Amino acid sequence: MSDAAAGQITSSPPEPAAAAPAGPMLAADGRPLKASLNRALRRQKLRALALIAPLLLFILITFVAPIFDMLFRSVENQIVSETLPRTVIALEDWDAEGTPGDAVYDVLAVDFLAAAERREHTRLGSRLNYETTGMSSLFRRTGRGVDDIGEVYADQFIDLNPAFEAPSFWVPLVAENAWAESYDAETGEGPLFIADAAFEAQFPATADAYESFARTIQTEDGDNPYEEEPWNTVYQALYTDLAAAGGDLGVFADTPELAQAAAALPEFETLSAREAFLEIDEDWGDPEVFATIQAFSDPYTAGYFLAAVDLQLTPDGVSVQPEEQQIYILLFQRTMFMSLAITLSCVLLGYPIAYLLSNLPVRTSNLLLILVLLPFWTSLLVRTSAWKVLLQQEGVINDILVWIGLVGDGSRLALINNQTGTIIAMTHILLPFMILPLFSVMKTIPPSYVRAAKSLGATPFTAFRRVYFPQSVPGIGAGCILVFILAIGYYITPELVGGRTGTFISNRIAFHISSSLNWGLAAALGSILLALVLVLYWLYDRIVGIDNVKLG
Amino acid sequence: MDHKLPPYATTGERIWFYGFRVLCGLIFFFLIAPILIIIPLSFNAEDFFTFTPGMLRFDPEAYSFKHYEDFFTNPDWQQALGNSVRIAPVATILSVSLGTLAAIGLSQSHVPFKGAIMAILISPMIVPLIISAAGMYFFYSRVGLQGTYFGVVLAHAALGIPFVIITVTATLVGFDRSLTRASASLGADPVRTFFKIQMPLILPGVISGGLFAFITSFDEVVVVLFVGSAGQQTLPWQMFTGLREQISPTILAVATILVVVSIALLTTVELLRRRSERLRGMSPA
Repeated sequence: MSDAAAGQITSSPPEPAAAAPAGPMLAADGRPLKASLNRALRRQKLRALALIAPLLLFILITFVAPIFDMLFRSVENQIVSETLPRTVIALEDWDAEGTPGDAVYDVLAVDFLAAAERREHTRLGSRLNYETTGMSSLFRRTGRGVDDIGEVYADQFIDLNPAFEAPSFWVPLVAENAWAESYDAETGEGPLFIADAAFEAQFPATADAYESFARTIQTEDGDNPYEEEPWNTVYQALYTDLAAAGGDLGVFADTPELAQAAAALPEFETLSAREAFLEIDEDWGDPEVFATIQAFSDPYTAGYFLAAVDLQLTPDGVSVQPEEQQIYILLFQRTMFMSLAITLSCVLLGYPIAYLLSNLPVRTSNLLLILVLLPFWTSLLVRTSAWKVLLQQEGVINDILVWIGLVGDGSRLALINNQTGTIIAMTHILLPFMILPLFSVMKTIPPSYVRAAKSLGATPFTAFRRVYFPQSVPGIGAGCILVFILAIGYYITPELVGGRTGTFISNRIAFHISSSLNWGLAAALGSILLALVLVLYWLYDRIVGIDNVKLG
Repeated sequence: MDHKLPPYATTGERIWFYGFRVLCGLIFFFLIAPILIIIPLSFNAEDFFTFTPGMLRFDPEAYSFKHYEDFFTNPDWQQALGNSVRIAPVATILSVSLGTLAAIGLSQSHVPFKGAIMAILISPMIVPLIISAAGMYFFYSRVGLQGTYFGVVLAHAALGIPFVIITVTATLVGFDRSLTRASASLGADPVRTFFKIQMPLILPGVISGGLFAFITSFDEVVVVLFVGSAGQQTLPWQMFTGLREQISPTILAVATILVVVSIALLTTVELLRRRSERLRGMSPA
């Protein structure tokens, strides 16, 4: 142990120091005593840290990292820019006036088809549905029809020359030489597809659409570009590129198929991507759809936090949610109100008990303390099930009330699945957390003070109010903060006895994690709750000190 | 108010004295009755949650062990019990071994950043369970621990650690350092000193910390609901779904068994606390 090293230094005889009276005092091994002590201290610190390190690491990985992950998720919003990368870039310059230009619809077709093949469009639809209702169904419907976009062109190109259908025509035309060399056309093993720079310069949209096609089939289905026909969007892009080139094919002028297509282009039947999208769903003509995509294209968003306080991020900036969707402020208020009510009833019930316990002889109070500790040690679910059974309409309490005649058999009280149920059950569950700190403070109040007050002529009430009560206030403060902190984060009991009106913000968090799958909003609500608890905890630390937390 | 009424007390004082005791009696009743009342209810021969007329007449026919039989034969409950028994002890061993080491480190006289370290180690107790559960759910699904036995054990160990830290550091506060010095001066190395001198003295604190950690894991339902999957369904989880969906009287039988378990644990912790105080000379034997 560290004490052994310290012992050696302090107990060593000071002969070396006596031998050199002019220099600094030396330890037994001839080093200066100061340096020697510093070294021992440093070693002691390191040893202490080495003992703590494994646990610290464990908590950081299993507990602190998850909390930070949650905080991160409350602002993270990469899904839009990851699912529709080209569309997001194309929308950057759009001024939100009317529908965006044809170019946006063209790249949207490419993005959407790839997303649909990866089955990610529904996820994005539900994500955007949190912001604008109707997005989810729009995306699902579009996902079913998007592979037809560009079919008109595909048919015409292939009718013109069957080579356009052949993978063996496309890959050598579009692929970069270096990629083609490292990719094994037989087994389909090798790096992700890369388009050739010269082709990309002449046919940018086609290169992009083909690359999107090739990479998606490679990653998603493990397919080989040498064996798969391109998607319709590639033909659509080829038409756009050829039309834009206006017959000037540059270095590709000697590719016969392309030259043939360029010549036949004016005869082509046309159907732009915009028209195709509108055919699938006329909502694609609604600027709000694109405004939503644009508003949430940043990789980080304050949208979840705004939603958690009943605001929303619209294309025109921050605004208040429609009235029927304003639930979170109300829920926070209700959580606070009910936690306060629970804290108050805990003080009212806990104070007399703590007072009684601290004024009884130790033997009796230890015995009665067991009545407080037993509920403290009993499983939370046992206590909750007890209340669920007792408070039912056909339960024991209503039976007794009917038997006494306080309420009629027909008008049994609704004690459960409402706020009353939550407050009763949680007061019972949290009462020990109020009694124990109160008791430990009251134990230290000397009874002689109250006696002195009485002997000076104070009535028992005055003596209590002026002398005893002020000394017990720290205990009330500690108990109240503890109960309040525990109450606002409660989940199980409100879930089981709270019904619809007696639930807390934590029940909503659980709902968003497991049912509505709006993880971002759950994380934002959780972050707000966490901030609230940390402020209270800081208060508790200032008033009571975390080192004074005692158990049992 | 003193614990005995003086002979010269006025009528008003008498009324107040007895009135206060009755009030306290009622509050104690409120604390204990809900827990005790489920015990007779769990022997109900019917599938009701209240006393049947037969039970009130103490008719032996109205009582039965059928809910206990259901608990011990129903595969769902048995699997839940098995999962609880498999998860809680492993989580406890993890938190006790790491926690005791760290508590010893923390109780040394010179620990840099002691306040910050303490705050981090205690944080699982402060952060509301639903937030821990949400964070762990997100993070553990990222690293593939969500829905695994190992994930639940790690989560429960993290939740139990603050209790171990608090009880063991409390025991170490009264620890007489000259004992380890004496041991070292007699030639024992640090490891031997730890096991022969320090460990036996702080053992009561370690065991009660372990019991706290055990009950935390054994009783925990929020985190396991999110971090676990159907394969890790524990006893509290089964009770939770039972209470939420198809409430069956078997829950009362399980609750009664758990009450008995907690009485046993409470007694153990209380005995250990007294023994520890006696060993450290904090209270007369």
